[in-house]
Amino acid sequence: MNSEDQTASAPVGAAQQAGKKRLGSALQRGHARHSVIRAPDGRGLCVLSVPGIRCGGCVASIERALNGRADVISARANLTLKQVRLLLPDDGADPASIVDALAELGFDAMPAETSDPAVDPEGGRLLRATAVAGFGAMNIMLLSVGVWAGAQGETRNTLHLVSALIALPVIAYAGQPFFRSAMGALKARRLNMDVPITLGVLLATALSLFELFQGGHHVFFDAAVTLLFFLLGGRYLDHMMRQRARSAVSGLARLSPKGAMRRDADGGLQFTALQAIAPGDIIVVSPNEYVPVDLKITHGTTDLDRSLITGEAMPVVSGPGDLLEAGTLNLTGQIEAVAQRSADESFLAQMIRMQSAAEQGRGTYVRVADRAARLYAPVVHLAALATFLGWLAATGGDWQRSAFIAISVLIITCPCALGLAVPVAHVVAAGRMMGQGVLMKDGAALERLAEIDRAVFDKTGTLTTGRPKLASVPGDAPTLAAARALAAHSGHPAAWAIAQGGTTSGPAVTTVDEFPGLGVSGMVDGRAARLGRSDWVAGIASTAPASDDPTFAFDGGTPMAFPLTETLRPGAANAVQALMSEGLTLSMLSGDNQARVTRVASDLGISDAHHGMTPEGKIAFLQDQHDQGHRALMVGDGLNDAAALAAAHVSMAPASASDAGRMAADFIFLREGLDAVPMAFRLAQRTARVVRQNFALAILYNCIAIPLAVLGFVTPLIAALAMSISSVVVIGNSLRLNRTDKRQSRHAARTVQQQVPA
Amino acid sequence: MNVLSFLIPITLIMGVVGLMAFFWSLRSGQYDDLSGDAERILFDGDDKPLPTTPRTDHKEQRS
Repeated sequence: MNSEDQTASAPVGAAQQAGKKRLGSALQRGHARHSVIRAPDGRGLCVLSVPGIRCGGCVASIERALNGRADVISARANLTLKQVRLLLPDDGADPASIVDALAELGFDAMPAETSDPAVDPEGGRLLRATAVAGFGAMNIMLLSVGVWAGAQGETRNTLHLVSALIALPVIAYAGQPFFRSAMGALKARRLNMDVPITLGVLLATALSLFELFQGGHHVFFDAAVTLLFFLLGGRYLDHMMRQRARSAVSGLARLSPKGAMRRDADGGLQFTALQAIAPGDIIVVSPNEYVPVDLKITHGTTDLDRSLITGEAMPVVSGPGDLLEAGTLNLTGQIEAVAQRSADESFLAQMIRMQSAAEQGRGTYVRVADRAARLYAPVVHLAALATFLGWLAATGGDWQRSAFIAISVLIITCPCALGLAVPVAHVVAAGRMMGQGVLMKDGAALERLAEIDRAVFDKTGTLTTGRPKLASVPGDAPTLAAARALAAHSGHPAAWAIAQGGTTSGPAVTTVDEFPGLGVSGMVDGRAARLGRSDWVAGIASTAPASDDPTFAFDGGTPMAFPLTETLRPGAANAVQALMSEGLTLSMLSGDNQARVTRVASDLGISDAHHGMTPEGKIAFLQDQHDQGHRALMVGDGLNDAAALAAAHVSMAPASASDAGRMAADFIFLREGLDAVPMAFRLAQRTARVVRQNFALAILYNCIAIPLAVLGFVTPLIAALAMSISSVVVIGNSLRLNRTDKRQSRHAARTVQQQVPA
Repeated sequence: MNVLSFLIPITLIMGVVGLMAFFWSLRSGQYDDLSGDAERILFDGDDKPLPTTPRTDHKEQRS
């Protein structure tokens, strides 16, 4: 995994402000205290997820710092999973101070999800099966070489017997993934690729056993076991690809503790797990924390970032009596609120239910390999049957010989090349995408992406970065420096935009007060000043501000306005152009207001723009597209897009998306630029082309092999050679995907950012 | 050809030993952090893995 791809854009948090001693938040510390489990020897074990681990240097500095502490028995950092495993003196130990120590080193930490197991049982099973099949294949192959070299009589029978003794347990153990999958498909009255594979392996084994007891010349144990080995190798690669994407996605999970600070009866604050929060509990949400459950504010006012819920880019002011949905980000003030509903009935949970309902529509999609199997299996099985009957007629009832030849037809038709045709191509493509900073969750998504004929974009956070930016910087330098110094003390996105580009050695700021919904006031170089809403700043300024943009003024001074714009994602215009030139129809759906939506749409040249969309509206839009026979790609980031992402034919989300959005999306792009979308689309098309070529190669091979088999010329030696060659050809063809695509411009990510007034 | 009667068992035993060695390495968590292990050779100092095996932790975590 390329570590520089992990640059998920995190908003500038209060923790990262200059000059503060970094500490983990009270919420993170409380969560960590909750997560210590009892190790077998009575010590405490705590697994912290530390997304900031990037390289060996981080590992070394974390381990040196933690292993030097008296309250840590041992600490070991895992670079692959980006976790730190701590062994503490006992299971009542408090890792809070360790979270703080990590924060001081510059690493945010929170307990790893226990539901996200570090070991992966399925992968282990596949790897063991692959190892066993490899051991069997190599040994049987060597014994077969002896037979091909001309062993005769008793010696040959002995070699066959030994082959059988190796092959039977190996097939029984290593064939299980295929047998299970084939049984499942047959029970559901469907055919998949594993049905012909299973049938071929089992019949080859049965025939070989029969031949062994007859003292015959030809046994196919080597073919059966080698087939399993190749296919298991392909399947393990496929599994690894998905696993890697999954662990990368869970690594992107925001540092959002799965719980909240609840006020006890005695007035103290106590960390409470999400599931334990009941309606009526008093919850305290500090600045820069996500709202854990649906709440009603009782005390305090604050600005809220609701963009993940509604797609509305600008922060919303809230005060006592307002209702907040779970998943809203609290920006500026501390609030106290009453939980309205328990966690599994919150807005977030409703969205997840909607999402699973939307996913039902995808159940009808059949993967390419299984579609091929539907055609392939009947043809081959009928050919084998016809061969059997034909030879039966030709030899006048020699059913042994007829059965032998018919089964050799089944073996030589090589489900091997067909079985490898898809997964190998997908694994190579996934590797390519990983290199470009795109994670792919599974191969079926890549097949669906190649089929799209239109793309639907969410606006806030997808086409735009969702963070405001200064359109033009006013000229008056001393006032500007004062404004920036004051802005650095606020958690409001508009203030971040103003503070950016300021120096740390600005004027001294004292007695800062943040007024949520209005702005921030303080003493800058001994003069009272305000920064915030223009009508609020007008209260101290000498003249009324000219615009309703955020304004700064000294007491009695001239107000200075800061016009803000919404920034397009880098490469957004290029991506839109590229997708249009591929012949896709583009639409834009947004929960934002009409003015901003039309502005962005006209800037990008998207003619079909919809504003004020609710989650239901987005699903309805996509359903409508689907009913008209279109296949849409949905690109979105918010919680309000999660269900739409699931409803679309295929979906993509940026790494900055909400957790629900990331879970729902098929592809996740880790880099800031939007050019990942056309890149992934082009690569999906190339992959689909390579898969088709692989099938063509496998079919071509079968056109040569089947006549030979039907005429009875196939011996185990020919079968072994033919199968290996066809597999190697298919793998070689898939590796061509690694060649760079000449049409890709490598500079798309560096295009100048365009701006549109908000 | 009598030589085969002990050569074949010897090859098989060698193969099985290799297979067992692989399973052991898999179980003792040597493939858990490949990219980290690649960089650990650059550190000074002793590198001891945690004294607990990952398998037992998982039983613990489920409980």
